[in-house]
Amino acid sequence: MPRANSQQLSGWGRFPALQHSVFTPRTQADLHRFIRNNDNPKTIAFGNGRSYGDSALSECIIDCRKAQNYFIDFDTQQGLLTCQAGVILDEILKVIVPKGWFLPVTPGTRFITLGGAIAADVHGKNHHQAGCFSAYVTDLYLLTSDGTTVRCNQNLETDLFRATCGGMGLTGIILSATIQLKAIASTEINQTTHKTQNLEETFAVFEHNQSSPYSVAWIDCYAKNKSLGRSLVSLGEFSEDGPIALARKKARTMPRWFPSFMLNAWTIQLFNTLYYHRQRQPVKTERVHYERFFYPLDGIQRWNRMYGHKGFIQYQFILPKDTSFEGLQEILKTIADAGQGSFLAVLKLHGKENNNWLSFPLEGYSLALDFKIQDKLFPLLKKLDQLVLTHRGRFYLAKDARVSQEVFERGYPNIDQFRQFRRTHNMHRHFNSAQSLRVGL
Amino acid sequence: MSSLLILGAKSDIARAVAQQYAANGWDLLLAGRAINELDDLAKDLAIRHDIKVFLHEFDANDFDSHAAFVAKLPELPDGVITAIGYLGDQQQAENDWSETEQIMNQNLLGNVSVLNILANLFAERQSGFIIGISSVAGDRGRQKNYLYGAAKAGFSTYLSGLRNRLYQDKVHVLTVKPGFVNTQMTADMDLPQKLTAEPEQVAKAIYKAQQKNKNVLYSKGIWAWIMRIIRAIPEWQFKKMDL
Repeated sequence: MPRANSQQLSGWGRFPALQHSVFTPRTQADLHRFIRNNDNPKTIAFGNGRSYGDSALSECIIDCRKAQNYFIDFDTQQGLLTCQAGVILDEILKVIVPKGWFLPVTPGTRFITLGGAIAADVHGKNHHQAGCFSAYVTDLYLLTSDGTTVRCNQNLETDLFRATCGGMGLTGIILSATIQLKAIASTEINQTTHKTQNLEETFAVFEHNQSSPYSVAWIDCYAKNKSLGRSLVSLGEFSEDGPIALARKKARTMPRWFPSFMLNAWTIQLFNTLYYHRQRQPVKTERVHYERFFYPLDGIQRWNRMYGHKGFIQYQFILPKDTSFEGLQEILKTIADAGQGSFLAVLKLHGKENNNWLSFPLEGYSLALDFKIQDKLFPLLKKLDQLVLTHRGRFYLAKDARVSQEVFERGYPNIDQFRQFRRTHNMHRHFNSAQSLRVGL
Repeated sequence: MSSLLILGAKSDIARAVAQQYAANGWDLLLAGRAINELDDLAKDLAIRHDIKVFLHEFDANDFDSHAAFVAKLPELPDGVITAIGYLGDQQQAENDWSETEQIMNQNLLGNVSVLNILANLFAERQSGFIIGISSVAGDRGRQKNYLYGAAKAGFSTYLSGLRNRLYQDKVHVLTVKPGFVNTQMTADMDLPQKLTAEPEQVAKAIYKAQQKNKNVLYSKGIWAWIMRIIRAIPEWQFKKMDL
């Protein structure tokens, strides 16, 4: 059996970076043997390292890509796909798109594993209509701490399913899953971008366009006063007529030496202003390939290097609808006043909450912000944490690297059920990440 | 569509080669012992790359079965790669003939036996290619693994002769000499990272070399230089060394 080796690893945000012992099973048998014999309670599965913080970091890490990289079945008539959990969404797209299928839900990067998508119960620009990734998982196999493989889905072992989807790998190792794909007639998206003057208008565009399958907004978080919350809201739907083609554009790579001082308050403000004004007309329609629509950042490999070796925090929270407007106004104002705006600030209206104990989305608005790590950042984030709590919001584990247990647990009313479930099934003695210990899962 | 026969398909390099050729649209015939263990891989390759994959039971040690094995293939493939090999235990083999025999059979005789048959068929057809995975260990005998090295040296020489013979018949022969590769075979060794290739790297290099009709491929490339130096050491000096 391959040995573990010691490595310094971090999530996509490059913060925190911790020393780990990494075990890379070559085969399913290796993995099973390891789980049966492992007695380190600080063990967690690692996929493609795209969660931002410490979700997949722990003393002992199981790198699941090598041993769990097989496609198992693809029913091209029904659009049912079964893969091992280490398969990356990008690989899935390469197989399904030419056959006229697409991911029912996709996050903003296609470089995550299937297992990671389930563990974080990811959402996409269509959450207001389609819900989370788990809604399309028709079957799931989980390797539990005692070494047995358990099948679960929406009708079978439902508690295990609800704990595993969104459960950040804390219930066991996701081995494989079947997902129901979405049929597409074209790989192109009809995109409409609304340029809004302030937060009120931004909200109005979201509310009036709920029938649009995909929606998301980029916010200029340096804008103040009358312009606070001005955005480019992009709406989209798959075109009804062809072509069906994978994109051919080659990704560029962010150089290792990229000087992170290039990203400072001035340049980010400049970027925000230019980006906002790049679009002249109030409403613009165009036809774009799905890659440009869903995965603009995947065009630059290792873009996380942009923030330098200290890394960055992606701060994502969601507020219920009734507090969203007021809350976002306060939060955006606090950020703009602090002069620590974010390069990319993404706003999204979500649909109904699902039944999973730790899934992030609820009906309301979420905001995601990238902040370069610097000393003055943490006091600002602490301030923001309080504002989020005041407005009954919650934080997204897949992005989080720092919130405290007190702050985290107030957002999740079902958290005790999750904790209890872990204890009842002895999972808490086998699977823990740096994050789960920090927020008390 | 072109097709490739992979002998010893369960090895890590062979699996990576399978992915590489499949990604380029080749149909695959995977052969080895207890081949049904490759069911999952075969399904994966077929779904991923929309190609045909066939599994065939094959025992390199059972020389007499080789003619029947080739005859039973659904078609004569465009090319063949053999990844059959066995590192063995040098120390054990020094005192145990059956281990020595195993090393010789797996690395040399099994390969020669099946390639003899395929070479004749390819020559008759006047097309095809043969890729043999040998080893840098065959470039010079060292006390640590000279039995393995001797078998690989024999295999390298066989491939070189085969290349010479088949040149007239438009059949190309590629000798692959991997250095350290991060595989199951070397899982227990401490390998220097800079000199160690991943199976996927080797597979990519093999595909490229085969497409370009290269004769000998070292992977990683730096091994060509290392072996040049090691071969240049005079024997009176080499015999005293512990490499």
